[in-house]
Amino acid sequence: MDIIDLKIKATQIRMDLLRMIHRAKAGHTGGSLSNTDILTALYYRVMRINPADPKWPDRDRFIASKGHAVESLWCILADLGFFPKEELDTFCQFGTRLIGHPNNKVPGVEMNTGALGHGLSIAVGMALAAKRDGRDYRVFCLMGDGEQAEGSVWEAAMAGAHYGLDNLVGIIDRNGLQISGPTEDVMAIEPLDAKWEAFGWHVVSVDGHDMDALVSVLESAPEARGKPTLVLARTVKARGVSFAENVPGWHHKVPNDEELRRALAELAAYEELLQREGGRARA
Amino acid sequence: MMSTIPNRQMICETLMELAKDDRDIMVLASDSRGSALMGPFARAYPEQFVEVGIAEQNIVGIAAGLAHSGKKPFVTSPACFLSMRSIEQIKVDAAYSQTNVKLVGISGGISYGALGMSHHSLQDIAVMRAIPGIAVILPADRHETKRMTEALVRHEGPVYIRVGRNPVEDVYDEADDGEFVIGKAVTMREGGDLAIIAAGETVRVALDTEALLREMGVSCRVLNMHTIKPLDAEAVLRAARETGRIITVEEHSVHGGLGAAVAETVIQHHPVPMRIFGIPDEPAIAGKTAEVFRHYGISAETIADAALRLIGRKR
Repeated sequence: MDIIDLKIKATQIRMDLLRMIHRAKAGHTGGSLSNTDILTALYYRVMRINPADPKWPDRDRFIASKGHAVESLWCILADLGFFPKEELDTFCQFGTRLIGHPNNKVPGVEMNTGALGHGLSIAVGMALAAKRDGRDYRVFCLMGDGEQAEGSVWEAAMAGAHYGLDNLVGIIDRNGLQISGPTEDVMAIEPLDAKWEAFGWHVVSVDGHDMDALVSVLESAPEARGKPTLVLARTVKARGVSFAENVPGWHHKVPNDEELRRALAELAAYEELLQREGGRARA
Repeated sequence: MMSTIPNRQMICETLMELAKDDRDIMVLASDSRGSALMGPFARAYPEQFVEVGIAEQNIVGIAAGLAHSGKKPFVTSPACFLSMRSIEQIKVDAAYSQTNVKLVGISGGISYGALGMSHHSLQDIAVMRAIPGIAVILPADRHETKRMTEALVRHEGPVYIRVGRNPVEDVYDEADDGEFVIGKAVTMREGGDLAIIAAGETVRVALDTEALLREMGVSCRVLNMHTIKPLDAEAVLRAARETGRIITVEEHSVHGGLGAAVAETVIQHHPVPMRIFGIPDEPAIAGKTAEVFRHYGISAETIADAALRLIGRKR
């Protein structure tokens, strides 16, 4: 998918997830909007996947270690045809498999996540299996920035470097906010780049909403042979909805009718702009 | 016969044999290849061995990732750390995600007798038993450990296995080649006056108790409940119905382990008088296994005495 189409897709996914959260009256709005561009780049361009064969042994793997920001993932998997789009209506409803965290009963989801600090260890195991079996798939693991306070993240970081897993890409959705406020007030985690470099990773910093840059960084990983890559994606929590951006309360606030209307209007206007730009580019 | 081969060593020897034809078998260690006696496996199969360092949370997550990719990982780490430090990874990455991870808690129970409560694992069965989707197994001797390991390689799904540090006296004959079925108790002795149910190293104690009682004319059934979860409820209830009295013996807290599992079944379906032998609710006293067992009454004499009271031959 072209960059302009990826931007349009990400905008549509944002609208889908806001409608879904509004309908369900539940969801992690801020985090899902901050990781939407990253997931769109991965699922529509970077990763080698086949929605018709979710267990294809040579597929690239995605592990959502920050499992709470699942809404963008559900909307993307439905859009790609891993499951019927109508099922999004069941999000967080009684008996659904589309719960508030990734659930491996849903095609396209590798592992149940939700407890922070687990994903990177799992991704290390998957990348190690690929190395031992001589397979060439890559493993992408998306972490939160608040999650960096979990000690187990650093256990996994050591192992990834120790085994030289250059088929492993860790991504940090660095939106700067966690549930109680700014990460640096809750538990200071900076300097993140120096920390990951010291742990033996190849660190690349990128604007997590610049689709062009994101695609280029994710597609070219691994750039350093014998080293895992850490993509430090600088993002804005609740990106795309002006009145929610960077407001800690939107970590898991649900939009009311008026807020949904305003958010969708903003995103629709942005999509129209992108469509015009795309039309010009194609002409 | 007194064996010189601890159960943990038997796991290594059996996996080495099976790994010849199965490249997916993997062993993981947390700086524990020495204490797990897995050095020979690491040397013979370096491509099937993974060292993660002292990082018990990471070892379970990595094992889950390997299993998800088609490997058959055996995590070998001291039971005290594996069952507590990594319990959330066990709950989520192994049990909830249903990955084919085998968690081998070595030097379990009070194997590290003199090292204190930090190194005892006397709550592991209680914790594992409460997590849906994971089996819990304690093999009794080296022969059973071998057959269990073979069964585990064939079995798909997460299992917690606990073995002790020291060689244990055989409870099976060398020639005994009975199949090891996960979830199926083994009747070691038939008997009708009462039943003793044990698991792991306490099966030996149960058999010694039976021998003592037999001399006194008491007919005692002995069940080896090697799988504590899923519990062989049918064997438990048959024992309850046919003998009317049950004693359980375990190297674990008296709360939440084998005794509790048996009691939960018995009380709801066929209540009979019971006694639960195990370690009381306190930091266990220091000492060798035999000394600690004796201190807490996990010995043939004390259990036989309780049996006599239970059947009304002694007040």
